[in-house]
Amino acid sequence: MVALVIAEHDNASLKGSTLNTVTAAAQCGGEVHVLVAGHNAGAAAAAAAQIAGVSKVLVADAAHLADGLAENLAEQVLAVAGAYSHILAPATAYGKNILPRVAAKLDVAQISEITKVDSPDTFERPIYAGNAIATVQSGDKVKVITVRSTGFDAAAASGGSAATETVAAVADAGKSAFVGREVAKSDRPELTAAKIIVSGGRGIGSAENFKLLEPLADKLGAAMGASRAAVDAGFVPNDWQVGQTGKIVAPALYIAVGISGAIQHLAGMKDSKTIVAINKDPEAPIFAVADYGIVGDLFEVVPQLVAELG
Amino acid sequence: MKVLVPVKRVVDYNVKVRVKSDGSGVDIANVKMSMNPFDEIAMEEAMRLKEGGKATEVVAVSCGVSQCQETLRTAMAIGADRGILVETTAELEPLAVAKLLKAVADKEQPNLIILGKQAIDDDANQVGQMLAALLGWPQATFASKVVLDEGKVTVTREVDGGLETLALSLPAIVTTDLRLNEPRYVTLPNIMKAKKKPLDTTKPEELGVDVSPRLKTLKVAEPPKRSAGIKVPDVATLVNKLRTEAKVI
Repeated sequence: MVALVIAEHDNASLKGSTLNTVTAAAQCGGEVHVLVAGHNAGAAAAAAAQIAGVSKVLVADAAHLADGLAENLAEQVLAVAGAYSHILAPATAYGKNILPRVAAKLDVAQISEITKVDSPDTFERPIYAGNAIATVQSGDKVKVITVRSTGFDAAAASGGSAATETVAAVADAGKSAFVGREVAKSDRPELTAAKIIVSGGRGIGSAENFKLLEPLADKLGAAMGASRAAVDAGFVPNDWQVGQTGKIVAPALYIAVGISGAIQHLAGMKDSKTIVAINKDPEAPIFAVADYGIVGDLFEVVPQLVAELG
Repeated sequence: MKVLVPVKRVVDYNVKVRVKSDGSGVDIANVKMSMNPFDEIAMEEAMRLKEGGKATEVVAVSCGVSQCQETLRTAMAIGADRGILVETTAELEPLAVAKLLKAVADKEQPNLIILGKQAIDDDANQVGQMLAALLGWPQATFASKVVLDEGKVTVTREVDGGLETLALSLPAIVTTDLRLNEPRYVTLPNIMKAKKKPLDTTKPEELGVDVSPRLKTLKVAEPPKRSAGIKVPDVATLVNKLRTEAKVI
């Protein structure tokens, strides 16, 4: 049994979720190989070879692999798929886009967003916005899996010494083209990798008021997140959204400010180690999952909290 | 141009589902069912393309039990011209649905298929991508903006770091994200009109598709419960607890 991990990268460096996926792959019980498909992605491939537990890195390099187009990436995975019992990718926008194409072409089911490997053919995954955990067994010859990164520890980024092998790049499918990218700029930690997250909801009231949370996030070295209500109201960009339809996070500390705690939001953060809720409504559902709650006006509580943290 | 919109009947998003005590699944007997919210967004987008003169016919399709007819009637009340039900009592996995939809697409020959990005029951996020693979069409998943032109569609996608834009040649697959549009409310006159629109029924066997499941669900369990928390009287107590008790700061 050999597992193949599809590395998520920007050609220059690996995304953190790749490391969590390597851990899940190792738990499937065999060797772990990593595929780095991109353009001028030597740095990403070198980083992949350093990951502890990886025994081989496959590198496919071509201009039409640069931007992660699903049509080309899926074909590249299929070109090397024959040797593998498990094919895994992170359950990020990147992995979710590519892997079902691979599964369909292999005529196998895909197992989405696993949170646990019970055995090489049995996996646990949340359904109904995390309100139930299903244990599923795959009878397919190849297990095609996306991995929820918060369910697995990150593999060590150094200490490995995998061999690197170049594989032939597939031809450009030519049916889609990359037009452009708008990257949201942020100096803060990445939301899905942060140890502490300060998150705001509708209760914040305006985009201007979100600035109130910045000193708190700065003090804690935290990433900033938001509920869907805050995103839909235009307070903050879409990619801040935590929840069933946004990002799934599990930091050590999650501070929910002015967030009521709808099912869809809880789906994205209820595996956090410690949850703090600041809300003026004592009946808000967020208090049912919060370890520590303060009932009060966030406009008073948040500055006090900043002051208290010194 | 013809647009095909697959819609799924799911437990209403406001329902808090309960896991059956025998661990065989979640209890969906007698709970409110609705159209999957992402599929409403897909229907809305198809209607906007039609109203903007880009699409000429919108066909809704659903796979599952006979009650999925209600979901198709809703789609027709939103504005779909007709409906197709692939009727089966079998448990359908995403791969099976993708195969059924491919068979329907082979017959209907749409130029564009718009699906929701995921269903809120199985949370799989697979069918659109699988259908694209089976048809050999390009895909744009998690769309927040769709611009249809002659022979191509330009789609802005929600990705982890922000947004990216792709241009796809037609025919193509688009899956919708939440911010693509605000679905309209269906009006009573449109519900009445929808009852008269054609709804064809077919079966997996007639389409020549084997829908037998590939995954076996061994059990379904409640997620681990969080232990009850406490409310603290003031900020000083909170910071103290975070430092000494939770040790997270």
